[in-house]
Amino acid sequence: MNALYALAYIILAPLIGGLLVGMDRRITARMQGRVGPPLLQPFYDVLKLFEKEKVVVTRSQNFYILCYLVFMVFTGALFFAGGDILLVVFALTLAHIFLILGAYAANSPYSYIGAERELIQVMAFEPMIILTTVGLYMATKSFYVTDIAATATPLVAYLPGIFLGLAYVLTIKLRKSPFDLSTSHHAHQELVKGVTTEFSSSTLGRIEITHWYETVLLLGIIYLFVGSSSPAGIAIGIAAVLFIYLLEIFVDNNYPRVKWQMLMNTSWTIAVILGLLNLGALYYIAGVQ
Amino acid sequence: MAYLKKSPWIIHYDASSCNGCDIEVLACLTPMYDVERFGIINTGNPKHADIFVITGGINEQNVEVVRNIYHQMPEPKVVVAVGICATSAGVFQECYNVKGGVDKVIPVDVYVPGCAARPESIIDGIVKALGILEEKKLAAEKKEKEGDGK
Repeated sequence: MNALYALAYIILAPLIGGLLVGMDRRITARMQGRVGPPLLQPFYDVLKLFEKEKVVVTRSQNFYILCYLVFMVFTGALFFAGGDILLVVFALTLAHIFLILGAYAANSPYSYIGAERELIQVMAFEPMIILTTVGLYMATKSFYVTDIAATATPLVAYLPGIFLGLAYVLTIKLRKSPFDLSTSHHAHQELVKGVTTEFSSSTLGRIEITHWYETVLLLGIIYLFVGSSSPAGIAIGIAAVLFIYLLEIFVDNNYPRVKWQMLMNTSWTIAVILGLLNLGALYYIAGVQ
Repeated sequence: MAYLKKSPWIIHYDASSCNGCDIEVLACLTPMYDVERFGIINTGNPKHADIFVITGGINEQNVEVVRNIYHQMPEPKVVVAVGICATSAGVFQECYNVKGGVDKVIPVDVYVPGCAARPESIIDGIVKALGILEEKKLAAEKKEKEGDGK
């Protein structure tokens, strides 16, 4: 059964992720008073990228991006198979390290700056996601996603602070403004194109597909907080996840990009205050060991 | 191969334009014309782009820049010269530092005349360029097949 879930993730995640991005682009366009591209536009983009001439700066960069894709698929498959959430978090970081290495390998100033910024984003994201795993463990006494998802009441009831903190740093991983420092979706332009500057054609397509896999994985992690085991609980959980994604689009369209100092300061402060307060409250007030 | 037409990404370079055409190019992105309806995105990166939109005539200082951007774009690619200056250097033709239209430096596929070119005609030019993009792709595939035969 668990292996089936993992297989379903490997096959369906790019489709769901691509559709989510397509919806995102349409909703974004509507928020800006435009019509926006067709719903399937992200798929057209990626299929086109695979038709283009393959231009590489260094051979190794393609290998790193392949590793990025493979480790992201591995991370997501592990999560949906009900595996250990700690391993999921560490594999997710490893996947991003490969993207950063790929950008460094290209040896261009723009992709170098993109890689540095991506590294900062990983640093900003990391404390909160580690606290998330600790919180999930304290609330359910298990690191296994199967056990965590089998909760009778949505875990957000025990972990409101951790949930808010995670929602805050989620913007980083979804590559949305105000935290899209290293590279962004939509037609935003920063230092050329940040971490993806030196990637073109099919390699860029692979980065995009990896992002779809990652989006579905992240929404899965959010689901652990809002979903519960009953059929109604599952439906409410999925609706809540989509609502949070909509909220992310809203934030994306309303806030300008911040400097990296602000990204680091706020995400660490929020992780420490909301995360540790939440864990402390669970420990001392609710008596959870 | 139908996907090339559905997702043309553009890089826009201002050679030595008076900014009139640049503003019209950017007007295409606004809610009024919204070229993203056709999947057109203004990327700022030649390595991601399919269409090179260039405004203004070529002067001695940007010859290398234009060549460099053109060569960084992966095949298949097309060049659209927007405005009369990009087409033939227009009123700046006689200037001491102006080389001429864009086709003096790189091959141009579509000329969009006008001073400044209107957003409607720019979009029309891009749509014409999409047809050429498709043709180039087919020609490249044919050449590849013939190469394999030998």
